[in-house]
Amino acid sequence: MAQHTLARASSVENILARHSGAGRDHLIPLLQEIQEAEGFLSRVALRLVAAHLHLPESKVYGVATFYNQFRFQARGSFPIAVCRGTACHVKGSASVLAALERELRIAAGGTTRDGLFSLEVVACIGACGLAPVIAVGDDYHAGVTPSQVPGIVDRYRRQAQEQGRALEPVAVDAEEMLA
Amino acid sequence: MKDATGRQQVGRLLVQEALLGTGGGLALQDWRRRHRREDVQRPVILVGAGTCGLSAGADKLLARLRDACAGKDVDLVEVGCIGLCSEEPLVDVQRPGRCRVGFRQVGAGHVEALLALALEGRWSDVLPPVLGQFRQEGLAPWEDQPWLDEHAFFAPQTRLVLADCGLVDPDSIEEAVARGSWSAFARLVKQHAPERVVAEVEEAGLRGRGGGGFPTGRKWRLAREHAGPRVFICNADEGDPGAFMDRAVIEGDPHRVLEGLAIAAHAIEAEEAWIYIRAEYPLAIRRLERAIAQARDCGLLGERILGSGMRIDVRLKRGAGAFVCGEETALIHSIEGRRGMPRPRPPYPVEQGLFGRPTVINNVETLANLPALFRLGAKAWRALGAGESRGTKVFALSGRVRRTGLVEVAMGAPLRLIVEEIGGGVPEGHRFKAAQIGGPSGGCLPAKGLDLPVDYESLRGAGAMMGSGGLVVMDERTCMVDVARFFMDFIQKESCGKCIPCREGTRQLLAILDGMSRGRRREEGHGALERFQGVMGLERLAGVIQDASLCGLGQSAPNPVLSVLRHFRAEVETHVYERRCPARVCPDLLLFRIEEELCTGCTACVKACPAGAIVGSRKAPHHIIAESCTGCGSCQLRCPKGAIQVD
Repeated sequence: MAQHTLARASSVENILARHSGAGRDHLIPLLQEIQEAEGFLSRVALRLVAAHLHLPESKVYGVATFYNQFRFQARGSFPIAVCRGTACHVKGSASVLAALERELRIAAGGTTRDGLFSLEVVACIGACGLAPVIAVGDDYHAGVTPSQVPGIVDRYRRQAQEQGRALEPVAVDAEEMLA
Repeated sequence: MKDATGRQQVGRLLVQEALLGTGGGLALQDWRRRHRREDVQRPVILVGAGTCGLSAGADKLLARLRDACAGKDVDLVEVGCIGLCSEEPLVDVQRPGRCRVGFRQVGAGHVEALLALALEGRWSDVLPPVLGQFRQEGLAPWEDQPWLDEHAFFAPQTRLVLADCGLVDPDSIEEAVARGSWSAFARLVKQHAPERVVAEVEEAGLRGRGGGGFPTGRKWRLAREHAGPRVFICNADEGDPGAFMDRAVIEGDPHRVLEGLAIAAHAIEAEEAWIYIRAEYPLAIRRLERAIAQARDCGLLGERILGSGMRIDVRLKRGAGAFVCGEETALIHSIEGRRGMPRPRPPYPVEQGLFGRPTVINNVETLANLPALFRLGAKAWRALGAGESRGTKVFALSGRVRRTGLVEVAMGAPLRLIVEEIGGGVPEGHRFKAAQIGGPSGGCLPAKGLDLPVDYESLRGAGAMMGSGGLVVMDERTCMVDVARFFMDFIQKESCGKCIPCREGTRQLLAILDGMSRGRRREEGHGALERFQGVMGLERLAGVIQDASLCGLGQSAPNPVLSVLRHFRAEVETHVYERRCPARVCPDLLLFRIEEELCTGCTACVKACPAGAIVGSRKAPHHIIAESCTGCGSCQLRCPKGAIQVD
């Protein structure tokens, strides 16, 4: 655990080193870069950023929590994003989300205990013509119905098993799954 | 990527020649013709690879095509989205001397047939359905194939902003320039009369396309009244759920947006320009970055633009996901690295904006209008549209219509044209109920609203709003109380929390709407009483939020609720008084029961029920315990006999 924290700190420090002498307007890009590298914003990372920019930790935390993009918890191996845009809503994304919550036994924003799946709600993926849409990692699934949800989740579970719990999501043929 | 340094220089020279008209003659004509793809030397396959196309399966298709085309005498090009999302993935094939022909709903299985057509001109039965062929003088048309410009989706449209989307290779500045991009800017730089640029935009009557509809020219003039250095910001933070036109334009035709940005920066004589873009649009960001680099290489951005003393330094800033950052002062705070909260105005950004400097913020679509405006001239451009709303407007059409996608019409066209002709109306067997226009700041219009002309004033008068142009069609399966609740939930979460009317008011509005759709079995204590109390105070509360909120987000937050109350009062009352949801959407107000004659006792529903609300013995009719049922509908989906009914 301690080692893990150290490793994290050093990768954050690498990013900070690239922004030496940065002002406050670099705060959001810095947080974005760190989240891209680490998957989420840890407490250590926020402290380091605050020290780097000579800002109170409270300000950094305040900015980080204001924006929807930032996460403070690690994501699952298969992060699932449910689009809750208007078009998706009209076509039933609420029941798709409910079905996912039931299937995974977590609420939106959570990660399953085995670390396989995390579930998040996004405002709009921008594929309104294909509603309702969910994204599992980089795979998009269009026109999803609640009854397809268990099948989709199972597919990734099996995939994880085969690969001894893959850490990187691997593409699954969306057409095949939707058929 | 494909440019060697030598070619790059030649390309740069040609681009500048084309723009400045210094070169000329046959070489330039030929260059233009080639890059417009008026004819091709060898067969080309073009794949619609916008985010929408990719999520519909174009990514896998592209991978297959890339393998199949390797080593063959055919080019493979990724283009943006032509706008017809519901038919994606879209692929075009162009053979030398023949018209380009588009196919729809292309799957990985069509690769061989497409290749056969591209390489040998051979049509076969296994080709995907044809969308239409592109009219081009001098090229031989394919027999018996429909024309794209006669397609029901495209024929009624007036495409200025979307003119080249899906046609031009977004990664090629040569193609953009050959089609006319950057020419207006080059002319304006030569004239060097920023004051006249402002006057021309004022004369044209262009208004902001991001929502408010503020006259663009006036905004520029106000900024020019304040001493520089001035800053220009392009707002590409398209946070409105249900709108995707900015994304599509950037992905499909980034040079049009950049040219507009350069014209605007020139008009206010700003040397620093920012593009604030949603981080959720990675493809748009990539294409924009590449386009900026190309424009810089060709001397169209950066230092000493086209040999003049002009300088525009463009920087990209990724937003971090906050709807309120569409508000100008909030957006400025976000670029400065603060929480994206609006501040009271005045001082307006044109006076004190980014880092205290005079700042103009324009939306992507507004900028994308500028090149066409200057190419046509203010007078000709102004001829489109009606009244105080001039030019065209792009709508993101989605929801329950046959054809969804990006639609551009001259303002003043009736809403019916978009929904029924271009969109093809609601699917068979269903009835049009409402059109939600303008997103969370807009409202829902009923069937009689279809005859309204789409312009800023008419829509506002009917309780909706142009907004950014999201247009979601709903049929009788949509519950209006649920729609109002959906938008309130969104706004309540996105409220920045600075001013109390918005922060607390939207929460209360949501609670009242929640109460309407909460079933009796979940009402405790004085729940029923509070429900009525809330309903009675709803309109007053909405009025307070409108009057007392600090920024546009709060002031327009009650619009979706108020428009539902105005146009769909009967449906709201059915929820409140009869405790029924006529559209059968609100789960709490649904009563599920099992038709005894149809039930075979297979127990599928028992297994599906997450609440344990279904009882019965095997091979005998089952029953639902109303008190335990949560109305989720899982049982109905699983029942093989269709025995589960909703009342």
